Amino acid sequence: MTATADLAARLTDFVAALRTHGVRIGTGETVDAARAVAVLGLADRAVLREGLAATLLHETGQRQVFDAVFDLYFPHAVGGPVTEAAGREELRDRLADALTADDRAMLARLAVEAVDGLGGYGSAPGSDGWSSYQTLDRLRPQTLLARVRDELRARGAGTGFTDRLLEDEIRRRIEAFRALVAVEARRRVAERRGPEEIARRAVAPTADRVDFLYAGKDRLAELRRTVQPLARKLATRLAARRRRAARGAVDLRRTLRGSLSTGGVPMRPVLRRRRPGRPELVLLCDVSGSVSGFSDFTMLLVQALHDQFTKVRVFAFVNRVDEVTGLLVHGAADPGGLSARIHTEAAVAAWHGSSDYGVALGEFAERHARTLTPRTTVFVLGDARTNRSDPNLPAVREIARRCRRVHWLNPEPRAQWGTGDSAALAYADLVPMHECRTARQLGTLVERLLPV
Amino acid sequence: MFTSVDDVSARLAETGYLASPAVATTVFLADRLGKPLLVEGPAGVGKTELAKAVAQVAGARLVRLQCYEGVDESRALYEWNHAKQLLRISAGRDETWDETRTDIFSEEFLLPRPLLTAIRGDDPKVLLIDETDKADVEVEGLLLEVLSDFQVTVPELGTITAARRPFVVLTSNASRELSEALRRRCLFLHIGFPDEELERRIVRLKVPGVDEALAASVVRVVGALRAMDLRKAPSVAETVDWARTLLALGADTLDETVVRDSLGVILKHQEDVLKASAKLDLDAL
Repeated sequence: MTATADLAARLTDFVAALRTHGVRIGTGETVDAARAVAVLGLADRAVLREGLAATLLHETGQRQVFDAVFDLYFPHAVGGPVTEAAGREELRDRLADALTADDRAMLARLAVEAVDGLGGYGSAPGSDGWSSYQTLDRLRPQTLLARVRDELRARGAGTGFTDRLLEDEIRRRIEAFRALVAVEARRRVAERRGPEEIARRAVAPTADRVDFLYAGKDRLAELRRTVQPLARKLATRLAARRRRAARGAVDLRRTLRGSLSTGGVPMRPVLRRRRPGRPELVLLCDVSGSVSGFSDFTMLLVQALHDQFTKVRVFAFVNRVDEVTGLLVHGAADPGGLSARIHTEAAVAAWHGSSDYGVALGEFAERHARTLTPRTTVFVLGDARTNRSDPNLPAVREIARRCRRVHWLNPEPRAQWGTGDSAALAYADLVPMHECRTARQLGTLVERLLPV
Repeated sequence: MFTSVDDVSARLAETGYLASPAVATTVFLADRLGKPLLVEGPAGVGKTELAKAVAQVAGARLVRLQCYEGVDESRALYEWNHAKQLLRISAGRDETWDETRTDIFSEEFLLPRPLLTAIRGDDPKVLLIDETDKADVEVEGLLLEVLSDFQVTVPELGTITAARRPFVVLTSNASRELSEALRRRCLFLHIGFPDEELERRIVRLKVPGVDEALAASVVRVVGALRAMDLRKAPSVAETVDWARTLLALGADTLDETVVRDSLGVILKHQEDVLKASAKLDLDAL
């Protein structure tokens, strides 16, 4: 009886931990999950994982968070390995063998032993723990690459055409091992401190909830890969909005055609579709180092949406303005190198590299004012940090006067607006400013603000 | 329908569908809990095939609703046969209106569409709602009643409840976010690209003429391509196509010329072809 109660408690704790990561799970799903556990049993951990994922999750993007939290709440073992801790050299030898054979079970076991033998730090209770960073730093699995490759070649595995793939494959295996070590270290710490705290702090959020300004390089790369799907979703939603907006005159020809199925009686009048008004869009992006992840992502998104607009023009600035529309070739092969290309091929910075909103906005109002018409919507992307120079409010007023709407998207949290050298509040008085910290927020904003 | 997760894999394999553990577990749960199964994943990983395989295993009839923009109630649920009703009215000139009315709204004049078909009758059925994301939001509302209670309400006839619940599979390419209400009623399954070993078995099963070594190299090259961040990563369907092509070309091992000439089978964008050629060191064009 207590075992069942324990299991129920563990399941609800698990669900609670997932909820703190923004996975929306209702009571109904929790009950389903419990029924799934009852049907599947606890004998096979992999089956249990899939069963819970099927009942609790609703989206593909949540799986990463789910797996990490699952490993904390339903660990594959308790405590350390039973065997004596192995030395570093011995571990490296066995790791090389396992990598050569691509033996997943062995790699998992080695990760356990490695964390136990190399990852422990501290001795006083409360300050001690296990670190995956320290484990990997001492073990250096990446240096085994050459050894494993030579071993595989000697066995004749890498002959012919596929030989050139060998190194990348070994790299992926090593990467998988590093992930195993990270999971194991988290599990050991969670055993000491309780899974709630670790689940909250050490599990990375889903990509669309990562703050643009604090996202690491790999998270940004991951985010860029979501541009195409996000753009497609937004495009269908905008199209649906346009369709629903159809009203007005009756389309006689289509009404009569439709009436044939009701014996010539026009039961359902068909309304004439309105010609979709496709707006012109001008993007004005701060591409200085501090916000580059954000403006990159937004530029790519708007470019991917390009068939929704008659005209999209993109301007970039640091302390000078230049047009970069041409650099954003649709479906460009290398979105990652975008900001590098902007910096080398466009004149966005004068002799220093820190952003100056006043000068840049003034130059835009002066030189590119012709691009603005009463049908244009302008999006300004940037944190409005002027480095203590003049914010040049008249330029913003001039831009706002010439076009239909101006929206300012700011990647900083609202609480930080107007602090330090931020002129956000001054600009926000003139044009509507929106907080836009994550891909999720950006998606909702684009859908809401685009004048369709 | 199934006794265990292993039973699911074994019986699906008999029909030629090799299921990953995730797929087998979720199908087993969908059967046991009696909930619809929502399958997402990239094109060409076998979402629709799964429904067909389940139907074959269960000896059930496959009822398919292909969704598209503008699919509506009369295409998905049911429709009254207007022409036949008109004929009936003009045939019975001497009847009173009440007699006619009860008569023309009877089952005889009802044209069942897939959703209603799946619910009526006692024989086992698998209902496949394909590309759910292509349908409009209104259709989702329609699906809610069908998927949660397995019943359909026809105002003139009353509510028709399923005597035997069909096994429901919905597929989606995620081109539109499905509503939370719909997702909530389903078990969720994401089918990604299979791991190397499973894909090798799939290739060997679908293209029997390919030997073990060639299948292994093909799968390894495809795996490398997927890691490349291309516009459209090759899917299982492309791997199988490629293996077939190689067989037709009479190639029994991979080499630069063969790969370069047949890269178009697996990659569908010119820039992807260029990028892959560069990364694979094919002496480019």
